[in-house]
Amino acid sequence: MNAEATLPQTTPAAAMVRTLGLISAICGLIIVAAYQGTYDAVQENKRIAVERAVFKVIPAAKSIAEYVATAAGEVEKLGAGGTVPAGAVKFYAGYDAAGKLAGIAAEGGAKGYADTVRILFAWDPEKAAVTGFGVVSSRETPGIGDKILVDKDFLANFPLEARLAADGQALAHQIRAVKHGSKANPWEVDAIAGATITSRAVGKAINDTAQALLPRIAPHLDKLKEKS
Amino acid sequence: MSQTTVRTWDEFMEGVWRQNPVFVMVLGLCPALAVTVSAVNALSMGLATTFVLTCSCVLVSLLRKLIPKEVRIATYIVIIATFVTVVDYLIQAVSLALYDALGAFIQLIVVNCIILGRAEAHASKNPPFKAMVNALGMSLGFTIGLFALGAVREILGAGKLFGVALFGANFQPWVVMVLPPGGFFVLGMWLLVFAAVARRKQRKLAEVAQNA
Amino acid sequence: MSIEIRSAPHIKGPKSVEQIMRHVVWSLLPICAFYVYQYGLSAMASLVVVTGSCLLAERWFVKTGTQSGDISDYSAVITGLLLALSLPPGFPLWMGAVAGLVAIALGKALFGGIGFNVFNPALVGRAFAQAAFPQAIATYTPSFLPGRFHEMIPSSMALPLMQPADVAAWLKLKQLDALAGATPLAKWKFEGVLAGAEELITSLSGHMAVGPSPALILVCGAYLALRRYMDWRIPAAILGSAALTAWLLFAFDGTRYPNPFFMLFSGGLILGAVYMATDMATSPVTPRGMWVYGALIGILTVVIRYYSGLPEGVMYAILLGNAATPLIEKITQPTPFGKGASSLLGRQKKGASYPLHPGYISREDAGAVTPKKRFLPNKPKKQDREP
Repeated sequence: MNAEATLPQTTPAAAMVRTLGLISAICGLIIVAAYQGTYDAVQENKRIAVERAVFKVIPAAKSIAEYVATAAGEVEKLGAGGTVPAGAVKFYAGYDAAGKLAGIAAEGGAKGYADTVRILFAWDPEKAAVTGFGVVSSRETPGIGDKILVDKDFLANFPLEARLAADGQALAHQIRAVKHGSKANPWEVDAIAGATITSRAVGKAINDTAQALLPRIAPHLDKLKEKS
Repeated sequence: MSQTTVRTWDEFMEGVWRQNPVFVMVLGLCPALAVTVSAVNALSMGLATTFVLTCSCVLVSLLRKLIPKEVRIATYIVIIATFVTVVDYLIQAVSLALYDALGAFIQLIVVNCIILGRAEAHASKNPPFKAMVNALGMSLGFTIGLFALGAVREILGAGKLFGVALFGANFQPWVVMVLPPGGFFVLGMWLLVFAAVARRKQRKLAEVAQNA
Repeated sequence: MSIEIRSAPHIKGPKSVEQIMRHVVWSLLPICAFYVYQYGLSAMASLVVVTGSCLLAERWFVKTGTQSGDISDYSAVITGLLLALSLPPGFPLWMGAVAGLVAIALGKALFGGIGFNVFNPALVGRAFAQAAFPQAIATYTPSFLPGRFHEMIPSSMALPLMQPADVAAWLKLKQLDALAGATPLAKWKFEGVLAGAEELITSLSGHMAVGPSPALILVCGAYLALRRYMDWRIPAAILGSAALTAWLLFAFDGTRYPNPFFMLFSGGLILGAVYMATDMATSPVTPRGMWVYGALIGILTVVIRYYSGLPEGVMYAILLGNAATPLIEKITQPTPFGKGASSLLGRQKKGASYPLHPGYISREDAGAVTPKKRFLPNKPKKQDREP
């Protein structure tokens, strides 16, 4: 008896497995219930968030459609929750109240001061220019790097020329940020003094995405003109 | 008040004041410093933690006789992770902007030492109601702590509270308050104020005792 | 006659904390007076408000018992004066008050009061102000402006929590270039203009935003060092290492780097080296440690000035030096007499392993107050125990 009492009491393995199984089952049920219960609301929220972001950069837009420009040079419509094929660039076509194309929005990212600055910019096919942009995510220093959204001189950069070269393979002029006050051409971005790195990131983000996207969608603009 | 209500109240106030997780135990600092840039973020983080803490403590307390002691920590973590996942979905469903603002810190609730600590130290030894009262008190204390940090940082860093401008357009924002060091500065100031108030109280009590 | 058994030092001198601090304040007064003469009313208001806020904070924390020390020991006055001298003269008064409060609260009270602080309180306050109000702290105005004794610099009078008035517009009204207000360091960093030697040393030429005169600071510092209220090793080490680093870089590429003379006498290097880095509680006590500490600060200052985005690096260099102080003290402990040989033989390398005298009463047991750190290893010690 004595020896038994001093032994540490151990739970038999079978009981342990049983209990753990039961607890896992309970937890699994709770998670599945939560996922099912919130699925619709989450999807709706995501859609609204995307729409809002696009409407902000294309003020005339009243509805949007999601497209991808594949590596083969095709433009395809993206279904709800669909995945983007490898090598393809996703973009949004914004349509005004009459169903006419108001602008094309795409995301781009480039290394900023603290982390990658991700932006959503709007391209107007008629003006062949980038008309505006919004920040998707950024960790830039508050009060310095985040001036890109409010600095009047910086916002005066837009519309920013983004015209395709004659051969249709790339932009006629590379978009890039230049030192504050030395902007000479409509395709240059006049950087904010004191926030040059963030300004440069915006320029690079627009340039990288535009170089990849615009040559692909230019031949298909007619298809995008009307809301389908 | 009957004996039991007094005891329940004591149990509740334990976490709110005497063992306040932020200001007394100085626990859970990762979310306390990282997401308290604004009062709204701080409150939401507090509410999310309240949900996880209360639910997991009740569940742990209900299952306390079933859980084999050899694997109790693993079991607690599974239970906590479950509720963290639930709260993750709930916040996404309520507001994506809030979800982005809180970032990885929602998922990181799972490693918040306050929750595992409560499950191990209290919920696993007490009946569900008592565990729930204690967990609610603790999480209220945590929420108050986060709010105290978030409110000061939002008022000084942006001149706003809950997004409402308090001082007009000419306000000079304190840049440091919205940066990570601001969290440490404000926490240090709060700890200092708490220490000063506590010392003063002690001194008064000692004087009263001496005079009596 | 009672015999007291205790460890060294056995000779006690009359110097008390209060006396040392009072002498430091006296030596600061001429510097403050010249500063007021340079910048007028605003500088005066800044000195008064910042020092006042330091004293108020000190009083509250001492009264509640959160920190040790005594308000009458003048240490808060030193903190306030140094903080005000290191801020621009037109720094908004409410921001100065905040900086003073933070200096005492976070720099001193949080650690337990005088003697326990890890960082120089004045620099903690300035670092906070630098991080919180980066624009205001970089806005300098030229010295010797006409009418400086009749009107304040408009930014001084900003309402609490509000943005200061635009100093550039005010200067334009006075027909002065806004950049006349840049400090010599900012001018060098952003425009590549070097200021002349005479201007730097005396600050008398005017219309240039130099701080208090380095020559005056050196004279006042020399007084303190001669009276043994300050150890000369630290300023010497800082200035020496900064000059050496700057000279090496200047010799390497004279067009890219300014001459070492400019490095030494621009910005707050002299003020920092003489008055801030020598703070007794936050600098090493061992003589070798002082050299290491000073050299570290000097090199860091030059490196920060050359290679970071900030024009001035003295503040961060000293704060980093403060942080490294315990480590420096640890590696520069002098070997006790008679211990050297055995350590050379490779035995008993670390720690005092000899048993204490059985009758020894530890300082804590005797209820002794931790004394201030000493300036010199053989400097007499303050009376800290009842005989």
